[in-house]
Amino acid sequence: MHHDPHSMHLPEGRLEERFADKKPLYDPAEAVAEANRCLYCVDAPCIKACPTAIDIPTFIHKIATGNLKGAARTILGQNLLGASCGQVCPVEVLCAGACVYTGWGRDPIKIGRLQHHAVHEALAQKRDLLPLAPETGKKVALIGAGPASIAAAGWLALDGHRSVIFERKAIPGGLNTLGIAPYKMKGRAALEEIAWILELAAGRIELRTGVSVVEGTASDHEVSAADLLRDHDAVFLGLGLGADSALGVPGEDGPGVVGATAFIERLKADPTLTLDGVTRALVIGGGNTALDALHELSLLGVDVTMVYRRSEREMPGYEHELEAARVDGARLLENRVPVAVRREAGRAVGLLVAKALDGKPVVGTSEELPAELIVVAIGQSRATQVGLAFPGVALDGKGRVVVDPATHRTGNPRVYSGGDCVNGGKEVVNAVAEARIAVRAMSAMFKQGAT
Amino acid sequence: MADLTTDFCGILSPNPFWLASAPPTNTGDQVMRAFDAGWGGAVWKTLGNPIVNVSSRFGGLDYGSTRLAGLNNIELITDRPLEVNFREIREVKRRYPKHAVIASLMVETREEWREIILRAEDAGADGLELNFGCPHGMCERGMGSAVGNEPKVLEEIARWAVETARTPVIIKLTPNIGDITEPGEAVVRSGAHAISLINTVKSIMGVDLERMVPLPRVGNASTNGGYCGPAVKPIALHLLSQLSRHPQIRRLPISGIGGIANWRDAAEFIALGSTTVQVCTAVMHYGYRIVEDMIEGLSDYLDEHGMKSVSELVGKAVPQYQEWGDLDLSYRVVASIDERTCIGCQLCYVACLDGAHQCIHLPGRTEAEARAAGHTHIPAHVPDRVVNLGNAVGAGARVPFVDEDECIGCNLCALVCPVSGCITMKELPTGKPPETWNDRVQKGTDFVPGGLEATARARAAAR
Repeated sequence: MHHDPHSMHLPEGRLEERFADKKPLYDPAEAVAEANRCLYCVDAPCIKACPTAIDIPTFIHKIATGNLKGAARTILGQNLLGASCGQVCPVEVLCAGACVYTGWGRDPIKIGRLQHHAVHEALAQKRDLLPLAPETGKKVALIGAGPASIAAAGWLALDGHRSVIFERKAIPGGLNTLGIAPYKMKGRAALEEIAWILELAAGRIELRTGVSVVEGTASDHEVSAADLLRDHDAVFLGLGLGADSALGVPGEDGPGVVGATAFIERLKADPTLTLDGVTRALVIGGGNTALDALHELSLLGVDVTMVYRRSEREMPGYEHELEAARVDGARLLENRVPVAVRREAGRAVGLLVAKALDGKPVVGTSEELPAELIVVAIGQSRATQVGLAFPGVALDGKGRVVVDPATHRTGNPRVYSGGDCVNGGKEVVNAVAEARIAVRAMSAMFKQGAT
Repeated sequence: MADLTTDFCGILSPNPFWLASAPPTNTGDQVMRAFDAGWGGAVWKTLGNPIVNVSSRFGGLDYGSTRLAGLNNIELITDRPLEVNFREIREVKRRYPKHAVIASLMVETREEWREIILRAEDAGADGLELNFGCPHGMCERGMGSAVGNEPKVLEEIARWAVETARTPVIIKLTPNIGDITEPGEAVVRSGAHAISLINTVKSIMGVDLERMVPLPRVGNASTNGGYCGPAVKPIALHLLSQLSRHPQIRRLPISGIGGIANWRDAAEFIALGSTTVQVCTAVMHYGYRIVEDMIEGLSDYLDEHGMKSVSELVGKAVPQYQEWGDLDLSYRVVASIDERTCIGCQLCYVACLDGAHQCIHLPGRTEAEARAAGHTHIPAHVPDRVVNLGNAVGAGARVPFVDEDECIGCNLCALVCPVSGCITMKELPTGKPPETWNDRVQKGTDFVPGGLEATARARAAAR
């Protein structure tokens, strides 16, 4: 065991545990019934809509025939985080959105739930489902333990390479463990999946949590970029995103105003977080993180409103997520811009907002929205500066790591990258797809170097 | 409303829907509940010397999420004392004098047949159905399908019954035979009054792959059972038609059995020559209540087609059942895919490509792509349709099209299409006069080049 076993556990008493699953695991009969609805399309549109191109009709057909191991192989062969993706993928805009039933005006196949079922059942029975290449002697360092690095480590192990994952936080998994809305997937489920990947090939993956990568000399709990390049055949940057962006309005600093990802992380991991004294909350933003925070607070019984500076029609967040949050009692206040946080005795009591036109405040239209909690979900900063510690790695104008999309190789031929730090913040499934491209390129490079 | 009453060789019933001899007609209480639900008649669970049964007894065939597409059983005849059964028959007839109660019988010796017939008629049975069909258990003892398989034995026992009986004698036939007209003719010779068919088909439902025991399992072993349910309907319709177009056998009324689950099934059996129909599996699956739909549906069908009674429907489709050699070789249909209702699943495409004649194509392909996909004929006419709009995909991008010149009109695409009415088979006049294979035989043009040399030599010699 190379990793700290404590990093794989979340304590009792977290708010996350209060949430029921919106899409609980199917029992076998439910899964077969749903699988039998699938038409088994040829050259199916759902496959094309999947960033990891899972052969969805084939795995569903295998569920229908009782071949669950085969179904899991079909899924995991394309997407090692198939269990997570079955739960957290926005299937409405991916595979299920492309399902021919959707175009036909009928209920699409519940592809996510079937995928979760197949992988869950298969891994419960037999954990070594995928072919394992012999050891190559190559070794890769992976920076960050989010979905991109975890998936990359898994494929590297299957390809015969060793890897070490360096994670700054105490708990691995990145947003997959600490950022997924708890009614979709719990942190412990993400950790179980990581544990399976770490065991894919005994001893090939080492996970080191609580270790930061630095540019200069490394002190305790640090490792330097130069050392990583020296000690490994390649490096994969799975840096994710940085801290929540701030509103930049008066009164923002202090209790009662929190960043969305920081808040969700505490909800999922910190048993000391309570919502005592919070009856009304505001979520600022219009993206999917804002929608998650909105939905989570409404499910926790808080009277919560999302404040968005433009109209509902212009929201970047998914329509189906807003709809689901509304069903659970959340509201949207569109065309409002935060102006200031009002505090009494240091505690937040309300947010002053102005009416907005095209996202810009209209002078003299201020009103106060009472709230004891204000969750700021207007984006995250970049965490890509550390990438620059590797010679040849470049960032684009938006702070994203620049890679060749065909290989996910950076300007440094031994440094690869994928996930949110490259795509600017997409889904878990995109991180997995990019990690796969990077590992293929790395394995090809190792093979070339060997011959 | 059409008249649904039936007269089956003198046995009257308010409608043609009878329960077949099986678990749903095991007791008087059941039969009375069935009559309350609307069933017109019931053939009592076969009577004979009581037997003992095994546990378990039934096996089901599922297809996809459809349960009981087929059902098999290894249950035997009644396991209750005869006197109890006769007392209940008497009670049912007392309370339901206008409904048909038929006693299904199965015994061995002439004396036994005589006794059981007299006692059944004494109890008030309107008719007797001789069970010469049961293909499991009882046939090992020389009864059931062991009789139905031997026309001579069948004829002899049927004669005994006719000699004794004062009510109509119906012979229930087994489908487990090469030529159904042989036992059918034996029935005619015996003087029996009617035929019912089919009894169940010999079957093994599956294998428990962990225990390596066939299904249904009785401890560590199994045996062959009798198969019924929707899956056997086509077999039953064929055997029924074989009898109903036979010049002698057709004079006997036939009670059709085999996978009938709704009014449409019933109407099809009647159109192919049944006077009444018998139902078992669908009732075992859903209960007596299904008869409401059967009565309503058949009645509406008859009304809509200007038929005043169910008897007008009997046998109407029989003349159109012909030998292959009498089918018109000049008739031609081709598949037509409705672009507006197609959902783009492409099941028709793969079915045609791998399972038929490679005449359904995907749009937007080059000739090289079509050849690489397995097409050997490149269509002369490709529909003018937008399939790609930059990165976006046109509405018809996934809609396959038919090469009508190559389509042989097999129906397969229409059969696999999940959208009702999307693929239709349209008639394409060939301009040729009707011609059958038998016409060609007459004319001496029944020769297709590309065959064996020996055949060609023999034909030349014959000329």
